[in-house]
Amino acid sequence: MPSRQRLWPIHVILAVGAAAMVAPFLWQLITSLQTTGETTSVPPHFLPSWQWSNYSQVFHDTKFAQQFLNSVSQTVIRVLAQVLFCSMAAYAFARLRFPGRNALFMLMLAVLMVPSQVYLLPQYQLVQNMGLLNTLAGVVLPGLFSAFGTFMLRQFFMSLPNEVEEAARLDGAGTFRIFWSVMLPLAKPGLISMGVLTVLWSWNDLLWPLVVVNDDSKMPLTVGLSTLQGEHLTEYPLLMAGSLLASLPMILVFLAAQRRITEGIALTGTK
Amino acid sequence: MSATESTPVAAGRATGARPGPERGPGSPGTRPVAGRRPRFSKAHMKEWAWGYAMIAPLFVGLFLFYLWPIVQSAYFSFTSWGAFGGQQWVGFQNYSSFLSDPQLPRAAWNTVKYALIILAGIPVSIVFAALMNQVSGKYASLYRVLYFLPVVSMPAAVAMVWRWLYNGDYGLINYLLSLIGIHGPHWVSDDRYTIWAMGLVGIWSSLGYNMIIFAAGLKNIPRQYYEASSLDGAGRVRQFFSITLPLLSPSIFFVSVLSVIGGLQMFDMVLMMLGKTNPALAGSKTIAYLFYEDAFVTGNQGLAAAIAVVLTLVLLALTAIQFRLQKRWVHYA
Repeated sequence: MPSRQRLWPIHVILAVGAAAMVAPFLWQLITSLQTTGETTSVPPHFLPSWQWSNYSQVFHDTKFAQQFLNSVSQTVIRVLAQVLFCSMAAYAFARLRFPGRNALFMLMLAVLMVPSQVYLLPQYQLVQNMGLLNTLAGVVLPGLFSAFGTFMLRQFFMSLPNEVEEAARLDGAGTFRIFWSVMLPLAKPGLISMGVLTVLWSWNDLLWPLVVVNDDSKMPLTVGLSTLQGEHLTEYPLLMAGSLLASLPMILVFLAAQRRITEGIALTGTK
Repeated sequence: MSATESTPVAAGRATGARPGPERGPGSPGTRPVAGRRPRFSKAHMKEWAWGYAMIAPLFVGLFLFYLWPIVQSAYFSFTSWGAFGGQQWVGFQNYSSFLSDPQLPRAAWNTVKYALIILAGIPVSIVFAALMNQVSGKYASLYRVLYFLPVVSMPAAVAMVWRWLYNGDYGLINYLLSLIGIHGPHWVSDDRYTIWAMGLVGIWSSLGYNMIIFAAGLKNIPRQYYEASSLDGAGRVRQFFSITLPLLSPSIFFVSVLSVIGGLQMFDMVLMMLGKTNPALAGSKTIAYLFYEDAFVTGNQGLAAAIAVVLTLVLLALTAIQFRLQKRWVHYA
C-alpha cells in the first residue's frame, strides 16, 4: 500500500466522484422542500423554505400509502417464492444426478439470454386470459420464478463443502431432509444475497407492472410515480418529494445489507 | 479484513470457474465411488425422483411464463391480429414493415449510440475501482456505499430527478454551466442532446455496480506480481497497463457483455426522463421503446413480436462475436 502522502490525490479524485454520485440526491431533497415558485428562480435557492407540506401533498394527491403497501406486498411475495423455488432447483442442479439435468440447466440459461421483450407480450396475454390484469397476483406472477436466482444459488451450493452432507447421508437422512436442515442453513449467506437482490429488483421493477396495472390503487410505487409525473409535469417539489419517498426504502435496505449485496454481485460477476 | 469479508465470494469464484454442471467421480452429492451401484438401482431412482421433484415448481413457472412465451413470440412475429382477435399467418410481413419503418434508422442509431456511451463508461469504472483498491478498508467501504447509491435507487425516481437537473431553464446543471460562462442546451427536450443526457445517467447509475465487479477482480490479482515488477523498476502506470488490465480482462469482458445487452434494451429512461408529451421524443426513441409502443400503446402485437425477435437475434449475434473476440484479449489466469 502506498504511503500516506501519495494517497491524498487518490482521495481527492474519489471524493469528487462520490460528490457527483450524491449531489443529485441532495438536490432532490432540497427541491422537495421548496415552493413551486422557488424552483423557477435564477440563481436557485440552495436553502429551501422548508415546505414539508410537499410531502403531505404527495399522500393527498396520490394513493401513495396504498401504492407503498402494494410495492411491499409485491416484493415480499416474490422474494419468498423465489427463495423457495430457486433454492430447491439450485440444490438439485448442484448436487443431485438425474437424466436430462444438463439439458434442463441449459434450457434455464436460455431464459437468461433472451431480452425481456421476447416474453413480455405473451406473458401479458396469459395474465389477461387468467383474468388477473389489475390484480396483485397478476403483478407478482412471472416474477415468482427466476432463472437468474437459480443460477446464482447453484453457484453458491457448488461452492459448499460436501463433508457435512455426506455425514448426514451416512446418518440416514433423506434427500429433502439434507437439503432442508443441512444445506439451506449452510447456504444462508447466498440466500440472503440472492434475496436482497430480488428485493431491489422487485421494488424498482417498472415495465411489467406498468403494462398489467392501470388502476391507481393496485399499482406499485414505480408506476405510481410515472402517473404522478404525468399529472404534475412541472411541479418539481411534489415530484421530488414523491420520488425521494419511493426510493428511500431501498436505500435503507442497501445500507443495512450492504455487504450481502456487493458480495452477491461479485458472485455473479466471476465467471 | 478483506480475507474474512470476502470468503463466500472467493469460495464461489473457486468452483464457479468450472464450466457446466458436470462433476467428476466422488464429487458432492453422490455416493462414494467405490460402491457404484447398477444404473437402475432403487437409490438411483430415488435420487432421480427428488431431482425432478425439486426442479418441478421452478420449471412449471419458467415454462408457463418464459419458455413457452418465447416460442409464442416467435410465432406471433409471423402473424397479424385481426380486429376481432383472430390471428392470421402473414409470413415475413411484420419483419418487412419493421425494416421499412421510417422511425427505424433513427431508433437504431439512438440505441447503438446509447450502448456505445455506456461502454465508454467502463474505463471510468476501472480507474475508480483501481483507485478504491488503494485506500484502506474503512474509506473504501464509505466510498463503496456512496458510489452504490445510484445503483439501488429506483430508476423511475432517478429519471425524474435527472429530468429536473437537466431542465433547460431552471435546471441545476445549466445553472452550474452558466457560472463558467456556458449557455447549456435543453438537455431533455432537444433531440440533439437527449441520448447523451440519458447515456450520462446510464453511466452514473451503473458505475457503482461495475466498480464492485472490478474490485472483486482486482482482489484476485496476486500482490507478488506487483512486488516483482517493482523490483524490476516498473512504475504505477506501467504496472496498471501490464499487470492490472490484462489480469482484470475477464471482469472487463463480463461487464462489457452485460453493458451491451443492457444498453441495447434501454427503454425506461425514454419513458420516465423524456415522457410521452416531449417534443424530443420522436427523435429519441430506442428500439426497445418502439417495441413498447407497438405492443402496448398502438396494439400492433405482430410487429412488436417481430421487433423482439430481431432484437434477440442481434443481441445473441453480438454476444457470440464478443465471445469469439475475447480469445484475442481476455487472459484467464
